Amino acid sequence: MFDTFLPASAKYRKTLAVIGAAAAVPLVLTGCTDNTKPASATDGPIQVSSTANECKVSAATAPSGNLTFSVKNEGTEVTEFYLLAEDGLRIIGEVENIGPGISRNLVVTAPAGKYNTACKPGMQGDGIRASFEVTESGNKPSVDADLQKLVDTGTQQYAAYVKDQTEQLVTGTKAFADAFAAGDAAKARDLYAATRMHWERIEPVAESFGDLDPKLDAREADLEPGQEWTGWHRAEKDLFPPAGYTAMTAAERTAISTQLVADTEDLAKRTRTVELTADKLGNGAKELLDEVATGKVTGEEEIWSHTDLWDFQANVDGARIAFESLKPALEQKDAELATSLAGKFDALQAELKKHAKGDGFAYYNELTPEQVQQLAALVDSLGEPLSKLTSAVVL
Amino acid sequence: MSGCPFGHTSDPADADRSGEPSAVERSGEPTAVVTSQEAADGDSAAAASTGTSRFSRRGLLSLAGVGGAGAVAGLAAGFLGHDVVTAASASAATPDPGASVIPFFGQHQAGITTPAQDRLHMAAFDVTTEDRKELIRLLKDWTAAAEAMTTGVPTGKTGAIDGPYDAPPEDTGEALDLPAAKLTLTFGFGAGLFEKDGKVRFGLDGRRPDALIDLPHFPGDDLQPGRTGGDLVVQACADDPQVAVHAIRNLARIGFGKVRVRWSQLGFGRTSSTSRTQVTARNLFGFKDGTNNLKVEDNALLDEHVWVSSTARPSEQWMAGGSYLVARRIQMHIETWDRTSLREQEGLIGRTKGAGAPLSGGDEFTAPDFALAGREGAPLIPLDSHMRLAHPDQNDGVRMLRRGYNFTDGSDGLGHLDAGLFFIAFVKDPRTHYVPMQLALAKGDTLSVEYLKHTGSGLFAVPPGVEAGGFIGEGLFA
Repeated sequence: MFDTFLPASAKYRKTLAVIGAAAAVPLVLTGCTDNTKPASATDGPIQVSSTANECKVSAATAPSGNLTFSVKNEGTEVTEFYLLAEDGLRIIGEVENIGPGISRNLVVTAPAGKYNTACKPGMQGDGIRASFEVTESGNKPSVDADLQKLVDTGTQQYAAYVKDQTEQLVTGTKAFADAFAAGDAAKARDLYAATRMHWERIEPVAESFGDLDPKLDAREADLEPGQEWTGWHRAEKDLFPPAGYTAMTAAERTAISTQLVADTEDLAKRTRTVELTADKLGNGAKELLDEVATGKVTGEEEIWSHTDLWDFQANVDGARIAFESLKPALEQKDAELATSLAGKFDALQAELKKHAKGDGFAYYNELTPEQVQQLAALVDSLGEPLSKLTSAVVL
Repeated sequence: MSGCPFGHTSDPADADRSGEPSAVERSGEPTAVVTSQEAADGDSAAAASTGTSRFSRRGLLSLAGVGGAGAVAGLAAGFLGHDVVTAASASAATPDPGASVIPFFGQHQAGITTPAQDRLHMAAFDVTTEDRKELIRLLKDWTAAAEAMTTGVPTGKTGAIDGPYDAPPEDTGEALDLPAAKLTLTFGFGAGLFEKDGKVRFGLDGRRPDALIDLPHFPGDDLQPGRTGGDLVVQACADDPQVAVHAIRNLARIGFGKVRVRWSQLGFGRTSSTSRTQVTARNLFGFKDGTNNLKVEDNALLDEHVWVSSTARPSEQWMAGGSYLVARRIQMHIETWDRTSLREQEGLIGRTKGAGAPLSGGDEFTAPDFALAGREGAPLIPLDSHMRLAHPDQNDGVRMLRRGYNFTDGSDGLGHLDAGLFFIAFVKDPRTHYVPMQLALAKGDTLSVEYLKHTGSGLFAVPPGVEAGGFIGEGLFA
């Protein structure tokens, strides 16, 4: 399941992943770890060796631009490496959780000025520090003082979007559940795909709750032997029954409906505490496109109702909102990527529109193989550059 | 087909073979190997025997016709250990890895602890005959053909070009001029050999081993019938893909009318090392795979985790010294994987991408420290990482001998490569050594949930090895 949007403490890995990009630091100066080679090969990475007592940095100066520190932990404890501002307090970039014997790269964009380097073996105290100078290379990173403001505005916009979608999801789910429990299959079928769109638009957030996701969105093939099947797809099978299927009883429908509403309300409540940052938005957009590529394009998500195109559209909506929230910042950092992504979103949207029918879409099993291939091609052409969004904004 | 080109007339208790150590024990005896170099220096029968691998298949055939092929095959088997590769690479002055022969006969079937060759062709067959005699005859014919092909010799009495001008050649011919290339052929029996549609087959009532279960549905499974199951399986591994394909093709040809191919899978590169002499290969995610694999050198562990020991049930005794082969065709969503940050990739695996070291530190073979914590007390090896969940420490200490291969099977029709890992594991009992771990991975491993899809599956009982004069699985029909 997706877990980019995990609330702190829910899952360790993702929590760690976002620290480097915490919004408290001016984004243009924020580091992120990356093992890629520096943009300018002539620079070469600056070697850092961290031991219990030493923090050897192979150079004390470097020309301004992209700096790569290759940090090797040659001690016996977990270590961290920081590039700090001249005041020794403000973090320009950091790389954490380096196990003994392991090397990890820190890539930062730094303008000319005085800095401090610090290794923190054992992750304790102030670390072993040294001064470091970045000289003027003429290769000035395009810095916009308002960039952080742009990012902050973007994340706030996206947070409002998540809130709005969860509210609509709760309202829609209640109406769907009422119809389903009452045995009004026609109405429930009508509401099914449109209501799910609110879920699909914020899927990376919704799926970040590892216990709720399977209860709400498990497909039959996802179940393990003996696992109780609840949620949307349980209702889907009953509403769009395959041959030989035994319909649910009224009591079973009521139980599924009650559970669906309760779990959705729980979800809505929990999303309020999710802390959003730029890298979560960027990764979330990428994950939504991944979802389309692996689940929707193949028609695996809605095997009974064939309403995959509703989900498809909703995933693209969600990715687009995340992208647009970051777009002002991205335009400062990589205007070409911003233009390219906008064009590719448009192309995919235009293709999706061809399959619109009334308020919704054609059923997925009505598409020809050629039409599916065309959609897949557009998803891939968007998905690949979209995966560069996070590092472009955060680095 | 005439089953055995070389007659198998020699006494199975031939002096060359009596007292021969087991395949595993042989691993510590590099002196038991005759290298090409040594063979070139000698003028004895040993030279002739190694000629089987060094010279062309046609030349060998002629030689066999003159000198008595049974003797040649027997000698080859006697002189060469299963792990000829290991020793040969260490001692040969002019290494020619493709020239090596892995003996077909032995206590265990070859192709399990044999250092993993570079290429795979595996095929599963449906048995179409219901005649026990025909099935036994097929297994005998396959045994003979396997013995020939693994020594670099064509199948049949007359091979690919030495038969009557007006008859189709017995051997298909595409391996002419090619060395044995360390070909191994490993045979296994699926549940469908014992019973199908509720009916016992071939008089094998009560002979199906308890461990030969029907695998459960694992969460996320998307198994395709045309890639799943099978009554018989043959794993052909070689360092030359043409040699492996030739072997499967000829076995399928021999089987026409009795069996038909149900599925077939090519693997273009090994992803496992089964000997400490091999470097750890990488899977299509770009990570080293199988670092912690069981190795041929781990004799005690192999007995504990791979080989079936003598069982209490007499009806299962025929499996003693055998193993169970789990095959899973695992499609990888490599396109979305490639769009994932290195941080995410390493976190999902639990190891560094470059050296393959556990994220807790050290180098590739350093034991992972699952408790070592970093920022905010979070473990350096994430809780949902593949390595943590698959590790023996999380699975009651059970180990597997993995022998998987990377594959690409064209495209998925949507502009992506149909690529992944063809997972092969040999275990003592899949109920304890595969099912629990796979259930845990299918549920909790983010890598499995997000980036893998199982599209094919098979479980097979792999009988023990066979001695000269015997045939594969003979214990089952005794």
